[in-house]
Amino acid sequence: MAKLRCVLFVLISSCIMPLLSGCDAAVLNPKGIIAHNELHLMVTAVLLMLIIVVPVIVLTLVIARRYRASNTKATYKPDWSHNNLLEFVWWIIPIAIIAVLATITWVTTHKLDPYRTLTEGGEPMKIEVIALEWRWMFIYPEQNIATINYVQFPVDRQVQFLITGDAPMNSFMIQQLAGQIYAMTGMQTQLHLIANEVGTYKGISANFSGNGFSGMTFVANVTSDADFNKWVASVKQSNNPLDMNIYNQLAKPSEDSSKQLFSVVKDDVYHNVINKYLKPQSALQDTTTVAHSN
Amino acid sequence: MLEKLIFGNLTLDAIPYHNPIIMGAGMFMGLVVIAILGSITYFRKWGWLWSEWLTSVDHKKIGIMYILLAFVMLLRGFTDAIMMRLQQAMAVGSHLGYLPPEHYDQVFTAHGVIMIFFMAMAFVFGLMNIIIPEQIGARDVAYPYLNSLSFWLTAAGALLVNVSLVIGDFAGAGWLAYPPLSELAYSPTVGMDYYLWALTLSGIGTMLGGINLFVTIIKMRCPGMTLMKMPLFVWSCLCSLILILAAFPVLNITLFMLFLDRFFGMHFFTATLGGNPMMYVNLIWTWGHPEVYILVLPAFGIYSEVIATFCKKTLFGYTAMVWATVAITVLSFTVWAHHFFTMGAGADVNSFFGIATMIISIPTGVKIFNWLATMWRGRITYSVAMMWAIGFIVTFAIGGMTGVMMSVPGIDFQVHNSVFLVAHFHNTIIGGVAFGLFAAVNYWFPKIFGIKLNERLGKYSFWLWFIGFYVAFGPLYYLGLKGMTRRLEHYSAASGYHPFLVIAAIGAFIILCGILCQALQVIVSIKDHKKMRDVTGDPWDGRTLEWSIASPPPFYNFAETPVVDSRDPFWAQKQKQKQHPEQKAQVVYKDIHMPKNTSVGFWIGVFGGIFAFAMVWTMPLIIALAGITALTFVIVRTFDWHIDYYVKADEVAKTEAAFEKLQLAFSAQAAYLTF
Repeated sequence: MAKLRCVLFVLISSCIMPLLSGCDAAVLNPKGIIAHNELHLMVTAVLLMLIIVVPVIVLTLVIARRYRASNTKATYKPDWSHNNLLEFVWWIIPIAIIAVLATITWVTTHKLDPYRTLTEGGEPMKIEVIALEWRWMFIYPEQNIATINYVQFPVDRQVQFLITGDAPMNSFMIQQLAGQIYAMTGMQTQLHLIANEVGTYKGISANFSGNGFSGMTFVANVTSDADFNKWVASVKQSNNPLDMNIYNQLAKPSEDSSKQLFSVVKDDVYHNVINKYLKPQSALQDTTTVAHSN
Repeated sequence: MLEKLIFGNLTLDAIPYHNPIIMGAGMFMGLVVIAILGSITYFRKWGWLWSEWLTSVDHKKIGIMYILLAFVMLLRGFTDAIMMRLQQAMAVGSHLGYLPPEHYDQVFTAHGVIMIFFMAMAFVFGLMNIIIPEQIGARDVAYPYLNSLSFWLTAAGALLVNVSLVIGDFAGAGWLAYPPLSELAYSPTVGMDYYLWALTLSGIGTMLGGINLFVTIIKMRCPGMTLMKMPLFVWSCLCSLILILAAFPVLNITLFMLFLDRFFGMHFFTATLGGNPMMYVNLIWTWGHPEVYILVLPAFGIYSEVIATFCKKTLFGYTAMVWATVAITVLSFTVWAHHFFTMGAGADVNSFFGIATMIISIPTGVKIFNWLATMWRGRITYSVAMMWAIGFIVTFAIGGMTGVMMSVPGIDFQVHNSVFLVAHFHNTIIGGVAFGLFAAVNYWFPKIFGIKLNERLGKYSFWLWFIGFYVAFGPLYYLGLKGMTRRLEHYSAASGYHPFLVIAAIGAFIILCGILCQALQVIVSIKDHKKMRDVTGDPWDGRTLEWSIASPPPFYNFAETPVVDSRDPFWAQKQKQKQHPEQKAQVVYKDIHMPKNTSVGFWIGVFGGIFAFAMVWTMPLIIALAGITALTFVIVRTFDWHIDYYVKADEVAKTEAAFEKLQLAFSAQAAYLTF
């Protein structure tokens, strides 16, 4: 039994130790309202379930110790195998906890639906996202600029990401700001978020997409409104346009994780990329002909 | 031209000479095979091997072969695990580890495929094969030849995975091969084809095996064993088999559609031309989620048997246990979308699947409470099997909690596809399925081989696995919260993952020691077989029918078909005998109807394997020849009417007399020793 106690100690300490040093864990350290609510939800769910999990583990160890064969003082009832009251109790306890959790789930799933336009943060700022092999492209339709592996947006402002892919399935994610959503070819998914603190955050792909997957990261830079406008202006001043020809070069597999900026977007790249997968084969070769529709 | 007809796309370039890791592994496997074949020849055992094993339709022997296959594949799958842990412990910052991405991708894909399809499934099938007939008082399964065919198809699939190591490559698209990554456009090599054909072969084997065992339980229970008198292991297997019958056709067809995409240029799941990868994701999880219950339900059954036996107590709440199992069976088909809350379904859909998922935890929780109530006021013997069961309850409670956490879509958006998820499903598959299988090995080994397993080494292996598990996967839970996604081949130093991945690697090595202890446990026990021999047939004071016959059981299992009138028939019989020791039933032996051995299953497996290999490399001539030969075997067999024979009553009487004599000698010796 000394062994059991020893294991219990290892178990508990292995659970607690990381939490103590956990201030830099992305999920536990949210910087946006969505991620914050998701963390809050996680803590609530864990506490609810600990109501049942902790007693089960303690009971297991206590019963295992008390009714060991060598303890002949303990009661022994070899045929006791049914008790309506007890069985009722342990059907009803998990049912009650799951009922509470299910209610919370229904409410929060709707509240945290990534497609939902948030009531806070003003009119959403649109950013189009294309997952490439293995880079991220961001297009600002309102500002008419584009970037690769780098996205910048103002603090406390609602951002609406419109996401598609030109690669195997990826998942778009900035952990400290919000959860993830898949980036798929020929489809558009959405993610709304608000960053509540100025800073640079790590963005990743959270779905395996081939050899260059591990390096498929980007930087999300959250700045003040003024800094954001300054940055847009500076990008616009450079002479580095993006059109479908340039895009087609960029869409080729590459593990180059450096940042790139484009001063002007000449074609409707984002919708061309979606449409590319919806066309018959004959039209697949040439996607540059679609007119700029912005 | 002829070369193309025979060899298709296969050339000598397919062998990765330049890769020392693969060639080393391949050479090691080759040496082991040569050593085994050599010693069979040296000891002149080919005839014995052929007539006693390869062509056997005895459910016990087929079960043993399944478990052997599972253990070999466990070693292979675990090697992959160690390789991944080493890579992730090394590849920080500018160090890129020792595996390039294209190799690392194959390693994690192979790990998942092998552990689920060829380790866990084969193991579960082996146990079901051996134990179900013995627990329901049957002499074999319903379709003995089909049983042999199922095994050989599974073995052919496993062999194909191993062949891919040295000829060509294996899939690198993850164990469920999501398109479009698994489509020809992104995975042009033969690796994906190996994956498809290996899983198709074993998938057909599993489906046939599922039909077989399902019919066995429904039709071959001994007189008196109503459904509500079946041992709980049989009940949980029945539910698992129903899931197999419903889910495996989905897997086989889905993989076949992916094959059509790749081979014939169709567009079921391609990114382009109207194909829909999201359809594949839905279909594969329609199979995939029931699959985890296919694995864990039999394990639940094992715990029920082990806990009742080693607590010397009737299982608590039998009826509730049965209904909980049935509830899990039904519910497991209503939750598949929780594997992709993040694919863009609306909040209503996500809420539905989230809530359905957490509802499964209710019957599961009830089962845990019933096991605790069984232990309550029992007399618990800490045999190795019982320790696995207690380790399971503790570990599974944690795994269940993290599972319910992820069933809440709002939480899942943050931890989906992270190593938190990896930690969660290892928590339930190791803590639930693997612990159960190891408990089963320790519990039923004396029944299967007539030799008890060494307890001390068994306990070492338990503690090493148990501690190793927490050291390996505790850090992964935390890393998931730290934002580490799964399947990373390298990561930046600034991420701070490194120390935790080093701890996880240490955990993997502790588990390795546990596996070595298990191997040693079997070897030492066989070496000491005289001392460890179980002549009673009932080493644990068991409760169910399998303990009422000799260990190992005679090939016909029951000399006389038992008649039962309670849930623990053997226990009841022993109690009756204690009260009236003078009463002894007089047995009149009758001729026993048994199936004849057949090599057809073996040959279909061989030619099915060759056919699959030829499909992978597109070898037209061999595809045709192997396919026609396999089909011919199937057809010829249907015209074979001489498939059974009768064991004469004299022979049965002789075998039974020998067992009784052994038992008597043992009890006399025991009496002498106590005196």
